[in-house]
Amino acid sequence: MNVLVLVWSYLKAKPLNTVLNIVLLALGIAVITVLLLFNKQLEEKISSNAKGIDLVVGAKGSPLQLILCNIFHIDFPTGNINLKEAEQISRSRLIRKAVPLALGDSYQSYRIVGTTIEYCSLYHLELAQGKLWNHELETTIGANVSEGLKLKVGDTFQSTHGLVEGGSGHEEQKFVVQGIFKRTNTVVDNLILTSVETVWHVHEHAATDSSAHEEHEDHPEHDSTFVASRLIPTHEAGDSTKEVTSLLIQYRSPMAAIQLPRMINGESKLQAASPAFETARLFSILGVGVDILTGFAYVLIFISALSVFIALYNSLKERRYDLAIMRSMGASKAKLFVNVLLEGVTLTFLGSVFGLLLGHSILVILGAAVEETQKAGITGFVFYSAEWIILAGSLLLGIVCALIPALQAYRTDISKVLASN
Amino acid sequence: MINISKLKFSYTPERSISFPDFLLSKGEHCLLLGESGSGKTTLLHLMGGLLRGYTGSIQLAGSELSSLSEGGLDKFRGKNIGFIFQKNHLISALSVEKNVIMSPYLAGVEIDSKHAQEILVELGLGEKINSSVKEISQGQAQRVAIARAVMNHPSVILADEPTSALDDKNCERVIALLLDVATRNNSTLVVATHDQRLKDKIKKQIIL
Repeated sequence: MNVLVLVWSYLKAKPLNTVLNIVLLALGIAVITVLLLFNKQLEEKISSNAKGIDLVVGAKGSPLQLILCNIFHIDFPTGNINLKEAEQISRSRLIRKAVPLALGDSYQSYRIVGTTIEYCSLYHLELAQGKLWNHELETTIGANVSEGLKLKVGDTFQSTHGLVEGGSGHEEQKFVVQGIFKRTNTVVDNLILTSVETVWHVHEHAATDSSAHEEHEDHPEHDSTFVASRLIPTHEAGDSTKEVTSLLIQYRSPMAAIQLPRMINGESKLQAASPAFETARLFSILGVGVDILTGFAYVLIFISALSVFIALYNSLKERRYDLAIMRSMGASKAKLFVNVLLEGVTLTFLGSVFGLLLGHSILVILGAAVEETQKAGITGFVFYSAEWIILAGSLLLGIVCALIPALQAYRTDISKVLASN
Repeated sequence: MINISKLKFSYTPERSISFPDFLLSKGEHCLLLGESGSGKTTLLHLMGGLLRGYTGSIQLAGSELSSLSEGGLDKFRGKNIGFIFQKNHLISALSVEKNVIMSPYLAGVEIDSKHAQEILVELGLGEKINSSVKEISQGQAQRVAIARAVMNHPSVILADEPTSALDDKNCERVIALLLDVATRNNSTLVVATHDQRLKDKIKKQIIL
């Protein structure tokens, strides 16, 4: 016999009440936990995806779309920009690094990104197997692509035009997997990287297939007067016939943050968008939904707290005799006070433990059932220190709910209660 | 063991009650007789330290009760006094054995579950040890209450109308059981009652 056995016996004596209280609190805590895990992981993903990229330059349109498309690879491109114009911008002394991206194709919903080797240093990519792409139609793929599509080094595949599954195929162009990147837990895990020329090449073929448009240029490497493009070292500089989707830019100095976006947005046909600014804007839009859910969770928690309070208050009325008898057997006031307090704390503690487990399970199930969550790298198997705060908060809640009933127990007039039968 | 002198208790400033002086030695049993409202329960509660604020003197097991603090009184009660009430007030959330074990647990003395089982077997409850107290009969419940009262070897057992709700046969059994248990424990048994059937069971009687 100890205090926990006694508390547990009382809780077990009213199983429905106890279960109701625990379930109510668990639901509230689960919603909070899911929001916490989701938000934290999303923030981590976003910051790791946008790390090292200060500015994205692309065609005019929605700046948020530009960021979503070129950094997170979820939205569609705003359009293309002329390679020559892109080169002019990249010449600015404010820029340390400018990496071109050419988008437009995908394979089984994984996006093919035409870029340069510089992209790998931007994301600190390391190879797990094989090597980087070098020639046209060679690719190096992310860890999720390799796992999801069971692609190995040396495998070939055909891309689809467009960024969604089921677009028209580029049939005669076979891509080859040259290497696989180590997992980075960024968006790169879901990408197929290749050279910009590959993307051009594939699209030119598509174009000549439908209506003879233009002849493909000879490989410029063989030209003796070849001046390499700043952006694409394997291509000739100043080619105004070629286009890319965007430029990812790293600033040389903080001054650039003030001058460069204004310069690009004001003086050219291009658009510059800051990932930090746009993601903050995105979060403030999403924030409304998150706030509503959080509010809902707090309402649930409040109701469960009320329910715990009412349950204890009512059961204490029935237990007046029990309490008086306990006092007659030598129990001190403090002992009964602690007993009732512990009953409330046990209820809320169990509620929050189940709530935390439920929250994690929901994310685990979500991860298993919804491909998008998996791709976004959101899992239920991470724990944050904020969960300790939830647990501690629930203990405090239990104390608050049980305080008035416990005081009643403390103040029980034994003689009156025993004499009143 | 029990020494009551010049005892007076005020319910309200206008309503007070005085009790006759009496003295009980260790192991001596006695009846407190009187009609309803004569103050039997009040006297019993005063003797058990459940009521405070009296004038005069109550000495129990060598202690003057008014000199004890509230916490001290709780401990004193746990160690020296066993209560039996008309209604048994067993704790319905607990099993028969746990109800008996509550006694040492709440009094803060060492829990001897072997002793609890021995008492229950003696009282014919050997088969009910692990039953819920909701499943046992009224008579069995009364015996559990008696077991609970004697669990801590109290020097004084205070019983408030233990038989008034019982038929003649059960009345006989319960008072015999109480006397038996009290004698075996060498406890002083005080039974407050208006039940005339008990008059010839205990010789020493105090009439209020």
